[in-house]
Amino acid sequence: MSQIGTAKKEEVVIKVENVSKTFKIPHERHTSLKSAALNSLRKKNYTKFEAANDISFEVKKGEFLGIIGRNGSGKSTLLKMLAGIYAPTNGKITINGKLSPFLELGVGFNPELTARENVYLGGAILGLSHKEVEAKFDDIIRFAELEEFVDMKFKNFSSGMQVRLAFALSINAHAEILLMDEVLAVGDSNFRAKCMNEFLKYKKEGKTVLLVTHDSGAVTNYCDRAILLRDGKIIKIGKAIEVADRYVSENIKDDEIRLGKEEDIRKKQNKGGNTRDITADIENKKVKKTAEISGVKLFDIEGKEKLVFETGSAIDIMINYKIYREIQGFNIGVGLYNSEKDERVFSIDTHMDKFMIDKNKKSVILRIDNLPILKGNYYLNVACFGDTENTYYDIKQKYLDVKIFTKGRESEYRGICNIEHEWDLGE
Amino acid sequence: MARKEYLASIYLQPKPFIYDGFVLKSEGMKQLLKSKNYFGLIKELALTDFKLKYQNSVLGYLWSLVSPFSYFLVLYLVFTKVFKVGGDIPHYPIYLLLGVMIFSFWNEATAIAMGSIVSRGDLIRKVYFPRIVLVISSTLTSLITFILNMLALVVLALFTGVTFGPSSLLFFLLVLELYVFIMGVSFYLSALFVKFRDIGHIWGVLNQILFYATPIVYPLALVPNKFAKFVVLSPLTQIIQDARRVLIGISVPSTGDYWAFNLWPHLLIAVIFVSGYFLFQRMAAKFAEEV
Repeated sequence: MSQIGTAKKEEVVIKVENVSKTFKIPHERHTSLKSAALNSLRKKNYTKFEAANDISFEVKKGEFLGIIGRNGSGKSTLLKMLAGIYAPTNGKITINGKLSPFLELGVGFNPELTARENVYLGGAILGLSHKEVEAKFDDIIRFAELEEFVDMKFKNFSSGMQVRLAFALSINAHAEILLMDEVLAVGDSNFRAKCMNEFLKYKKEGKTVLLVTHDSGAVTNYCDRAILLRDGKIIKIGKAIEVADRYVSENIKDDEIRLGKEEDIRKKQNKGGNTRDITADIENKKVKKTAEISGVKLFDIEGKEKLVFETGSAIDIMINYKIYREIQGFNIGVGLYNSEKDERVFSIDTHMDKFMIDKNKKSVILRIDNLPILKGNYYLNVACFGDTENTYYDIKQKYLDVKIFTKGRESEYRGICNIEHEWDLGE
Repeated sequence: MARKEYLASIYLQPKPFIYDGFVLKSEGMKQLLKSKNYFGLIKELALTDFKLKYQNSVLGYLWSLVSPFSYFLVLYLVFTKVFKVGGDIPHYPIYLLLGVMIFSFWNEATAIAMGSIVSRGDLIRKVYFPRIVLVISSTLTSLITFILNMLALVVLALFTGVTFGPSSLLFFLLVLELYVFIMGVSFYLSALFVKFRDIGHIWGVLNQILFYATPIVYPLALVPNKFAKFVVLSPLTQIIQDARRVLIGISVPSTGDYWAFNLWPHLLIAVIFVSGYFLFQRMAAKFAEEV
């Protein structure tokens, strides 16, 4: 462990040993003596929920540690135990150094008090003495840019001013260990960046930061090490980038299972696809079907059927069709749309590419080698038509939901398209 | 069992120094004193509550005099003009007012302290500090009001011809005793109120009974001996009677006149305070989940 020759032993500031937390969730709450008395005679009337299960890890001084996991993975419970808000059911937590929880801004602020009074009250709640707040008071007000409003009541502040004051106080309550919840980083991107920069500054000063998040990008960008939680257990602990990648692959697996299930349900209900508008038109006009799309499947590079893909991976789209009558110039089109904005990302048809469909076969395959689409939810529209685009034979709108994930550095990119690029030094 | 282990690890581990769920870096007493920052928090919370209580009202603090005074006036008229029990007692108005003020301090302080944990649920769920801070600060707010009320009483007493001697200073000891009693009971009430809201109603009814079971409006001497023997076991009786003795300088019976062992009320207060403290600390670890 400790190497010979290194005089300074790395100091452990947080030590978590076999910590578990079980919540008893009552089927009905007993807040009256009568029901509590009656209940004690009955059988146990609650379900146990294990929010943290045998968690052990250590944090060294000056580390920036990320705790990542999906909703309900137990990360907030763990954070609350570290902050001393929850007592663990089992195990032990040792903390060396003054710890400041950054779970929410402006805890304890009272709208009826002035900015000055709130700073003293909020400072006291964060564990500062009156003297300490006094010494930092000017800094806090300057940081919040509220010099002229010191004696104004908090309730009369704009929400922006309220947040600034709360943030200025928290950031000036210098502690050695910072616990930070992702809720803080919500808000506009400027504010988020400002928060993160402040925390990076803390790290430079040799302070320890724990960041709880479900954003893999934040972990790769800011943390040295990370812990991946799932169902209250540690799945992986190690280098930030490795843990973040593992988190993304876990999510891909989960989503595949979920989307697969949804697909099954939908197929049962609709007998294949969300046929709308045009199909209805065709039916209303009692036009006999000439041709139809009978199915669409997506495959990965190994030929496995999937609905979740990674940016940069290969994807094969197989479209099955049926032709009932003689058609001139049979054409199949595919469109990829962004689910959130309902915006077209890319659409093509076989005519555009001068590709001839063999009417005796049952399917065509559209091959994409390197999917340049960034993380997000997308859907596919598939249609078939004759010579002109107006003569639809069949259209399947929102036929498939596709989820795309992005790993590593690229997960920080914004937008929907991943453009190949590189940076070069100028003159 | 598991909880016990956790608590043991908190309270018994010698190094690093551990303070109520927190393990601070061990530097012995220096670190312990560092946790005195929580005294700052108590002060800040108590003063803020006091300030907010009377903010935006024209009469401000004077309102807290209105309630005991109006109660006192009604009782005074009833017990001097209708029942004529108080007439023989020297300085009966001050005698009565002192009793009413002490009781309303007790009544108000315990009632507000009972809700002190529940009403600050938002704070408890978001930040750690020893939960007991909330109970102490809430009783302190009531104490400030009580002390101001007592100043008004002293002024009134001087006008009505009461003379204070050196023994009147003993009154401060009685206030301390009363305050410790209130805190001890508040530990129980505030912790149990998190789980059982019935206590709010029960306490209201109990206090109504207690008001008449304590010799506030009637002289204890009028109570038959077999009942009086038990009435004086109540710390409130002892405090009110002793306060009348030392402050107004009139001779009224107290616990010592009925029992050879006159430390009963003090012993009771000590037991309630200590056991209440431990019960509170035991339950405090779960407040964040239950509140």
